[in-house]
Amino acid sequence: MPDMTPDPLAGRPPEFAVRAPGAPRHQRVVDDEKVRQSELAISLVLRVGVSLAVALALAGLGLTFARHPGYLRLSGSSYHPLTQLGSHFPHTIGQLGHALAIGDGRGLIGLGLLVLIATPVLRVAVAVLTFAYEKDPPMTIVTLFVLAVLVGSFFVGGG
Amino acid sequence: MYVQCGVTPIDFVAVLLVISVFAGVLGSLVGLGGGIVVVPVLTLVFHIDIRLAIGASIVSVIATSSGAAATYVKERMTNLRAGMFLEIATTTGAVSGAYLTTVVPTRALFVLFGVVLSYSAFAVYHKRHATAVLTTSSDRIANYFDLHGSYYDEAEHQEITYKVTGTKVGLAMMYVAGMVSALLGIGSGALKVPAMDLAMHLPMKVSTATSNFMIGVTAAASAGFYFARGQIDPIIAAPVAIGVLGGAMFGARLLGRITNTAVRIIFVGVLVVVAIEMLQRGVL
Repeated sequence: MPDMTPDPLAGRPPEFAVRAPGAPRHQRVVDDEKVRQSELAISLVLRVGVSLAVALALAGLGLTFARHPGYLRLSGSSYHPLTQLGSHFPHTIGQLGHALAIGDGRGLIGLGLLVLIATPVLRVAVAVLTFAYEKDPPMTIVTLFVLAVLVGSFFVGGG
Repeated sequence: MYVQCGVTPIDFVAVLLVISVFAGVLGSLVGLGGGIVVVPVLTLVFHIDIRLAIGASIVSVIATSSGAAATYVKERMTNLRAGMFLEIATTTGAVSGAYLTTVVPTRALFVLFGVVLSYSAFAVYHKRHATAVLTTSSDRIANYFDLHGSYYDEAEHQEITYKVTGTKVGLAMMYVAGMVSALLGIGSGALKVPAMDLAMHLPMKVSTATSNFMIGVTAAASAGFYFARGQIDPIIAAPVAIGVLGGAMFGARLLGRITNTAVRIIFVGVLVVVAIEMLQRGVL
């Protein structure tokens, strides 16, 4: 299939750069170039995060099946012992380190999942920087607040 | 008759992977996490404990969000400023919800949530053909933070510039959405999309893309907790994460090309299913 995605900037009307009607009170000076760079930076963080997570999860799945050839057989074994509440898999940092050290595929998967979980948090952190780069104090403060609540919630939930 | 008798680990991983691709496509289109597909499949088909299914659902929400948002943000479908601004309410709502888990009767909440979603489904269906966007806004918060935006609509072949209003109502609904997702472990996107589409007048596609962008942050707030408690099983979560990410990246390329009316109708269909699921959990 040919890549039909048009350049998102192509149809942009010329007045985009000038936020005319209902202009904000603090008169945000919009630098199109900077806004675009910020969007691409946030998109890149998400892309790198998910790619890394998928690569680790795939490698971990591959390793798990390679070390347990029985899992690959089309009969004779059941998935059930692997997916019960009591089944053994790493879920603390210490267990994760141990699983990685002994080459357990589930350790790699766990690492990939942590990367996946960290991606949205990192995305908020990058947004704090990009709004500061765009010289937009109100939005910088807003994003900083979100980041603080998010980081705080890890302690609330984990504690 | 239950399928799990002859299901081997490789079958399980392969089937879950395929279903997760579907969940990712659907989730990225309507701005929900894909948990609505993953949870019933895991519990009803594979007879997996609900706690592990919810852990997998959290993974699928983050995967849908980050996978689709990478594309939506690049194509300027997401309203970054409105999304970030509304996250003030979703994150604080999620924290309040975490504190309330012990005092709020969950069953009653499921019923209430089911009723609210049924109403939203009706309201979104009612305005399914609406295409007009606001050209002026007297909302002081939206003007101060400059939450207005524009996107290129591939279905209509033109740049759509829109204004945002109703930020106070939007913030209140987002706070509730964050609280509900912390209390019930699901459903934050189902409230976020109507908040933006109905209350704040964002175009439907922008609403689902922006909801998609936000749900990852709401879910990440509780994901660490689920991981530490051992509710995220790698053999379940790996195929879910991989499949959903693939599906979400595909779905994100689809959204631009379909009309706002089509997105609304798909959303209403999904919402009705979720509402029934909620009512069932509250009543049974």
